[in-house]
Amino acid sequence: MILDGKAPTGPIETTWDKHRFDMKLVNPANKRKFKILVVGTGLAGGAAAASLGELGYNVEAFCYQDSPRRAHSIAAQGGINAAKNYPNDGDSVYRLFYDTVKGGDFRAREADVWRLAQVSNNIIDQCVAQGVPFARDYAGYLDNRSFGGAQVSRTFYARGQTGQQLLLGAYSALSRQIKNGSVKMFARREMLDLVVVDGAAKGITCRNLITGEIESYWGDAVVLATGGFVNVFYLSTNAMGCSVTAKWRATKKGAYMANPCYTQIHPTCIPQHGDKQSKLTLMSESLRNDGRVWVPKEAKDTEKHPSEIPEADRDYFLERKYPSYGNLAPRDIASRAAKEACDDGRGVGESKRGVFLDFKASIDRLGQSTIAERYGNLFDMYYKITAEDGYERPMRIYPAPHYSMGGLWVDYHCMSNIPGLFVLGEANFSVHGANRLGASALMQGLADGYFVIPYTIAPYLASITPGQVKTDHDAFKESQESVQQEISKLLAIKGKKTVGELHRALGNVMWEDVGMARSDASLNHALKRIPEIREEFWNNVNVTGGAMELNQQLENAWRLADFLEFSEMMATDALHREESCGGHFRVEHQTDDGEAMRNDEDFSYSAAWEFKGVGKAPELHKEPLKFENVKLAVRSYK
Amino acid sequence: MKLTLHVWRQKGPEDSGKLETYKADNVSPDQSFLEMLDEVNDDLVKNGGDPIAFDHDCREGICGMCSQVINGRPHGQQELTTVCQLHMREFNEGDEIFIEPWRARAFPIHKDLIVDRTALDVVMQSGGYASCHTGGVADGNTLLVSKPVADYAMDAAECIGCGACVAACPNSSAMLFTSAKVAQLAVLPQGKAEAKRRVKAMTEANNAEGFGNCSNHYECEAACPKGISVKFIAKLNREYLKSMVPSSTE
Repeated sequence: MILDGKAPTGPIETTWDKHRFDMKLVNPANKRKFKILVVGTGLAGGAAAASLGELGYNVEAFCYQDSPRRAHSIAAQGGINAAKNYPNDGDSVYRLFYDTVKGGDFRAREADVWRLAQVSNNIIDQCVAQGVPFARDYAGYLDNRSFGGAQVSRTFYARGQTGQQLLLGAYSALSRQIKNGSVKMFARREMLDLVVVDGAAKGITCRNLITGEIESYWGDAVVLATGGFVNVFYLSTNAMGCSVTAKWRATKKGAYMANPCYTQIHPTCIPQHGDKQSKLTLMSESLRNDGRVWVPKEAKDTEKHPSEIPEADRDYFLERKYPSYGNLAPRDIASRAAKEACDDGRGVGESKRGVFLDFKASIDRLGQSTIAERYGNLFDMYYKITAEDGYERPMRIYPAPHYSMGGLWVDYHCMSNIPGLFVLGEANFSVHGANRLGASALMQGLADGYFVIPYTIAPYLASITPGQVKTDHDAFKESQESVQQEISKLLAIKGKKTVGELHRALGNVMWEDVGMARSDASLNHALKRIPEIREEFWNNVNVTGGAMELNQQLENAWRLADFLEFSEMMATDALHREESCGGHFRVEHQTDDGEAMRNDEDFSYSAAWEFKGVGKAPELHKEPLKFENVKLAVRSYK
Repeated sequence: MKLTLHVWRQKGPEDSGKLETYKADNVSPDQSFLEMLDEVNDDLVKNGGDPIAFDHDCREGICGMCSQVINGRPHGQQELTTVCQLHMREFNEGDEIFIEPWRARAFPIHKDLIVDRTALDVVMQSGGYASCHTGGVADGNTLLVSKPVADYAMDAAECIGCGACVAACPNSSAMLFTSAKVAQLAVLPQGKAEAKRRVKAMTEANNAEGFGNCSNHYECEAACPKGISVKFIAKLNREYLKSMVPSSTE
């Protein structure tokens, strides 16, 4: 089937403004008759719940954490982009739009990206009004910095904790609505099923993580803002609770999963040490503004202390390969270059999977106090984890899974192919294409939540009768029974392996075979191994404890069960996409000097996959991509 | 490393709970404290035991979910560090480690080391915001905020809402938590309009939720993984006092 994103046409500059006028509204007196469920309370979900509640809808919001202030948006360090052009350095909405389409390697929908760039400026104003303490200069004006992959300074930041401050802003807006009674908050709930009645989303089934109760909630629309899926790699920069579960349960109810093979492997993470690690830690890529990335030229030097390696024996490989962007090359390119250096036997550190990030030149030029002022919290974090002083010797970094560009397919209204199911933020696939640029995840989450969904949900609601399906409908009972059955099944296996062991096994396969460089052979290997691990899981996992209690083993078990199904779709997508683009690198498709080679003729489309049963091949639906404003070109950062 | 752990086990809020002893025999100094507990739990699962329940999520010291009192100190002995960022190299071979939940009247225990911190959300809901609408706000640069004021607000805003301050305080007071938000918004132009109402409402919510008052022990500041200063409590008190004095327009 050919999918239609229903993006407005005409001059790109007018698309969103014109469309906003064309969309139907729900009259204020009718808004309170509608109930909207918002699942997930990160930047996208928190902002959406607060804004929809303020408009007068009845909102119920859900999160698995104990409070809506904790979603993993909080961990974003670097900043948020906006096209304010405060520094007068040539930025504009058009340039932000252009950079994002190009940065995404021409695999995103133009109109969606335009809207994102346009509302980026409103986000900054909104956050300032909430009291987000963005960095200011001495005159009191907002400060900007440059960020990976951009040649203008358009990034707003709050020390190294921008995500935290923006999330606390959304949380404060949400708290205000909770107090007003327009939003009802359900924390420590995990969505385990989407309830679909006559083809439309009408509610969710959750497990109360404290009592174990299976609960039903009805809504006239369901908004998923449940983040990304890179914990499929086991080790990633995501929080431990991040999972594909809510999105996958929706997929199993008919929602299409788009471009699951587009995953972002972030270059500046602290390398893995030993085999007991539970997660990887990211350090803001702003470090690359002042740090130089290098490895020894010769493999024999990798054992030496870095200070013993003279300049002439160092390979500053990003500066060498990409002279115009140097250490600021986009994430996918920087990550792959680091991998190549390590594959070449020139990696450093105990595991040999690491490259140096060296601040010596900047410390000599600017002084240690300036570097400490800029990145002090990151040096402290590095020290806590590695017990090494980054001022004294170069840091070691290595790429780690960080973000999923792919996600549930949505149209221009952020509505999935299931009417009434909306998907926001990292959970959808819409704006980042095959690679996300730095400081644009925060921008998208808040854009979707504050400035897109409050408008685009109205035409759908205006087309239905509120409150038609409630929890007494049979569909809710059936959904509860299927969730309960699955939980009983998990608890009854009583095998020998722990959930953690099996998650590690899956992660190894995904990292080796579906990681930074993928081949026909590796992907076919993954497609053979995943069902084997899945079978072992369902026959030999040991999930202790009971159903009707707080049971973290059980929570981890169902999240892994979903990863074990989803991962197959991810590998299938990667295998079918016979090209290299952005975060998806197929070794068969590269230029002579090892750069990604796109195939626009055959693959200029978004791949939306329909679930057809566990272990069965999913069905591919295509949404063709048209580039009428940004000319298709080879992405060059040389 | 070989360690002996004494861990608080409690089935539910009604259970009286007690310390149980576990051996951790294969601890690497590079492991984080929570990774060490993951391994203890894996062993428990393999030997038919009941794994220890504890809250955690980001494991990079920012989400505020992890909450353990280690050897009597919330988040353990390392300064400015959450449990999830505490590494085993901070301990010695043969150490005995006592692990307990946050203890406060306002934080009932769900299970083992997991407590209910909803009371902190309720305090925020009472007024921890600048009441702006989505959309219809002024350009960000129309409100000038001098760098020292922005820095002061940011110092306060770093609070991660973990509740260590409450766990550390002999009065189980949430004054450090509350004052951080009151101070952040009181100095910013965006928050000034509601400053009086906010400080009154948040202080009342503190009392209603069962948090104690501050009697200047400063244990909160010592325990805070983000180094939130008690100077903000002084600011809270000044703001509270100011709210008692009617202005000419009231």
